Amino acid sequence: MEIDAKLVEYLAQLCSISLSEEEKISLRGDLQKILSYFERINALDTSQVQVSASGGEQVNVFREDRKGAGLPQDEALKNAPDRKGNFFKAPPIIER
Amino acid sequence: MTTCFEIARKIRNREVSAVEVVKATLERIRLVDPKIGAYLQVTEKDALEKAQEIDSRLAKGESVGALAGVPIAIKDNIVTKGVRTTAASRILEGFIPPYDATAVKRLRDADAVIVGKTNNDEFAMGSSTENSGYKVTRNPWDLKRVPGGSSGGSAAAVAADTCAAALGSDTGGSIRQPAALCGVVGLKPTYGLVSRYGLITFASSLDQIGPITKDVRDAATIMNIISGRCENDSTSLEAAAQDFTAHIEEKIDGIRLGLPKEYFALSADSEVTKAVQDAARLYENLGAKIREVSLPHTDIGIATYYIIANAEASSNLARYTGIHYSSRQTPETGSGSQIFAQDVIDSTRTLFGREVKRRIMLGTFVLSSGYYDAYYIKALKVQTLICRDFEEVFKEVDALITPTSPTPAFGIGENIEDPLAMYLCDVMTVGANLAGIPAISIPCGFSSRGLPIGMQIIGNRLSEGRILQVARAFERETEFHKKKPRIDTDECG
Amino acid sequence: MNGGACSAGRSRWVEFDSVVSVEIHVQLATESKLFCRCASVYGAQPNTSVCPVCLGLPGSLPVVNREAFELGICAALALSCEVSSICTFDRKNYFYPDLPKSYQITQHYSALGRNGRIEIEDNGGARQIQIDRVHIEEDAGKIVYDETTGESLIDFNRCGVPLLEIVTKPWVTTPEEVYKYLVAIKQVLQYTGVSDCDMEKGNLRCDVNISVMEQGAQEFGTRTEVKNLNSFRAVQKALEYEKKRQIELIRQGKKVVMETLLYDDVSGKTALQRSKEQAQDYRYFPEPDLHPFFISGEWLESVRSKMVELPGARRERFIREYFLPRYDAGVLTGDREIADFFEKCVTLHNSPKVISNWIMGEVMKTLNEKKVSLSDLNLSPAQLVELINLLESGEITNLVAKDVLAAVIETGKSPRDIIAQKGLRQESAEDALRAVVDKVIASNPVPAVEYKKGKKTAAQFLIGQVMKETKGRANPQIVARLVLEALDKAAPENPQK
Repeated sequence: MEIDAKLVEYLAQLCSISLSEEEKISLRGDLQKILSYFERINALDTSQVQVSASGGEQVNVFREDRKGAGLPQDEALKNAPDRKGNFFKAPPIIER
Repeated sequence: MTTCFEIARKIRNREVSAVEVVKATLERIRLVDPKIGAYLQVTEKDALEKAQEIDSRLAKGESVGALAGVPIAIKDNIVTKGVRTTAASRILEGFIPPYDATAVKRLRDADAVIVGKTNNDEFAMGSSTENSGYKVTRNPWDLKRVPGGSSGGSAAAVAADTCAAALGSDTGGSIRQPAALCGVVGLKPTYGLVSRYGLITFASSLDQIGPITKDVRDAATIMNIISGRCENDSTSLEAAAQDFTAHIEEKIDGIRLGLPKEYFALSADSEVTKAVQDAARLYENLGAKIREVSLPHTDIGIATYYIIANAEASSNLARYTGIHYSSRQTPETGSGSQIFAQDVIDSTRTLFGREVKRRIMLGTFVLSSGYYDAYYIKALKVQTLICRDFEEVFKEVDALITPTSPTPAFGIGENIEDPLAMYLCDVMTVGANLAGIPAISIPCGFSSRGLPIGMQIIGNRLSEGRILQVARAFERETEFHKKKPRIDTDECG
Repeated sequence: MNGGACSAGRSRWVEFDSVVSVEIHVQLATESKLFCRCASVYGAQPNTSVCPVCLGLPGSLPVVNREAFELGICAALALSCEVSSICTFDRKNYFYPDLPKSYQITQHYSALGRNGRIEIEDNGGARQIQIDRVHIEEDAGKIVYDETTGESLIDFNRCGVPLLEIVTKPWVTTPEEVYKYLVAIKQVLQYTGVSDCDMEKGNLRCDVNISVMEQGAQEFGTRTEVKNLNSFRAVQKALEYEKKRQIELIRQGKKVVMETLLYDDVSGKTALQRSKEQAQDYRYFPEPDLHPFFISGEWLESVRSKMVELPGARRERFIREYFLPRYDAGVLTGDREIADFFEKCVTLHNSPKVISNWIMGEVMKTLNEKKVSLSDLNLSPAQLVELINLLESGEITNLVAKDVLAAVIETGKSPRDIIAQKGLRQESAEDALRAVVDKVIASNPVPAVEYKKGKKTAAQFLIGQVMKETKGRANPQIVARLVLEALDKAAPENPQK
């Protein structure tokens, strides 16, 4: 599995992290090395294996449909990096 | 050496006050922690208030919880209401959670006194605590060495006696390995036995909170408090409540213990191997039946673990964007250039450390279109094979004995440049996470350099009672857990 | 545009079909959100219905709302879907400020229901529209833009609200038929209580995909996606516009580009939002914080048994049981509340056609005028039946009855009380009426003379005057008879002028 610069750029974009040129180079090397190590899983025959649904238990975990106390408005906004009134504020969005 | 059990007893009997205990702990932290760096934050005021409140209730003859007055530290990837929680990351630098993790709430309800938040590898990603975004934690046994990770701060704090016990978290060995490297006890429960609500998630299907303590009985005591069904965690088990201390003093003759040959083959250090083999002989003398067993897929564990864990992590860490909580970093731009929300997200996320970025990229890769089947789905299938290995082996034996870590504590800076080398520290611990089964590490010896060596006992699903019993049997016959590091508290050093 | 069969484009004599698929999101009618206990609110102050879970705070975890899940199953059954016995949730990963976890918990690899259908009326017959899948997912927050700076202001009240997504298979259809499809879906969802489908409150959102192809062609053309459709009529108009636009492009020899378009209700046109040049990689994978869900046969049966009679079946039953014309049955069963109201009335008073007329007439007229639903209207079946009884027994006239109905709705009082209070009882006493008749004829000599001359309609005028005099309370039949009697009894025409 070849990790080229284009793939590193693409991954950085997918996970929304701004990488410096230097980081892109070192990450490329790291990813190459680690992914090569990961490739050993290909040696195993898993053709007869089904990914198991859960840890064997067939229990449905639900919550009853009842309203409960949430956070008071000021608590909810307390960690906001920026706010306007009672809204969380962020820069404008490029139309997606 | 004061354990949770001893402290709780003395406070209940009014031999000592909760305030005295907390003050002594805070004094110890002041004296010793500058050398160790286990704590990111010491919650002095809250701790004293809680201790005062406990003493006042005791004075009135009111009942108090099982851990009343016991000073406990919490790993900083576990949320504590009103107390800054950062997961040792700069991206959560100012974050103050508006709620307590279930495990913390249960400790508080048992009247434990939370004394502070301990250092860890950022977002629990690492095996040495060197990946913390804030500081280095040193191993109390040798300040030039790592305490292990990711719960290095918690393990070091317990070893240095700057708390009676601590909570850690374990995804691939992050409780057990630091416990081994620091000469203390660390238990990773069966997946789902302790609520993950409030644990800042790294890998959803693998993470568990667990106790790091000075002895086995304390680990069992804390398990009694923190385990059990939680309505806020869908993966929390419906298992019936049990008293984990109930059988720990019972004899273990006739118990069948297995030594998985693949684990011993991976042990890089002959002293480690010898210590564990000596332990096996001791068990034999106690009447246990020892045999060699096989877990054929052991060597594929690391690759499987890191594919699954990083995949889940890449998604779990996507919420840190600087939009609605967490630090926000706005990019520098030329004048007149408009900044958009996406720019803020991209720039904020550069606050992650290098190891975290690496894992997010890897995880994103294995989930991405075109690679998802070959890596992620394939890894899930291999995980099933690993689970089957354990299922088979537990038909023959009751528990497994292995080394916890391939080597004792390594030097600070030694492995940090080689991510793969760091990953391989987990080779003996990831199996239990992948299978969702409980495992405990207890001190079982020292290297010729005086560094602790840990032994891991792995049990079948929901067999915490048994592995605690096996661990206690060893502890009863040995003094390793009683030995304490001598921490040089002079200015130079 | 020059005409003729040009070599560069398609001949204008070639006919095109449109192929459409419709994606609807409706809010499930639950008290609380899908994964947490916050209330599903509308119009509340921003960020007042939030908690660590729907804010995606570190350490938070989802726990599924049982009612939401069961409503999803109910919808799947009502739409004749195959319901899976194992059902998982998946994460859809992408970054956007209204998505706090940077992933949405939805169902991608798994769906609650697949391969369903719904029947719509088609020129007197019926047609089945194929449904590809029905699944549940969580909603995102809402962003409003600061007017001056354009900054994003985010409210997470809606974040985590449970949604049901219904996707049709693409099918050759007309915009008008799509409209019918939407009406039919809304009806079924309202009937089953799955959702109240209030587009005003944003409880129902619709996106469509449309492509065109030459009639008889084997391959579908390139499709465009149209969003920002705020009413069913807007959907129809947008499709009509887009279909024309695509056909025109092809006729000019140009290609339709796969794009996302926004519909502008004012201009009636679609416009580019962005090009779908690179499909986003959402990296779907099973949600590891939730175990799979097992839907047993027993559970399905229990949901089925609790399910209400669906609109189509109810309509047929109304025709059969109440001997109503198809039209009446259709109107009454169009809305579940109205159908329920109707049936309650019938149990109190077994005149289905009369009740039907009143409901389809005055009651629904009032609903339209006031723009409310029946449950908001201050009228009970008992009250309507009382009114009808009073009318049928002759105590009031038809005219009066309409006023009384309005008064009942205004005041909430019973028809009897209103009649008594306003003295609206029908005047049938002949003596009293004769007096009025005489008085009216006396004050209106001209019509009396005209009547004598043979202009029979003059009598109508006099009857009308009597009714006016009695404020509509007089029994019209008696009045008519009395007036004619009085006129006929009058002195014979004087041949000499």
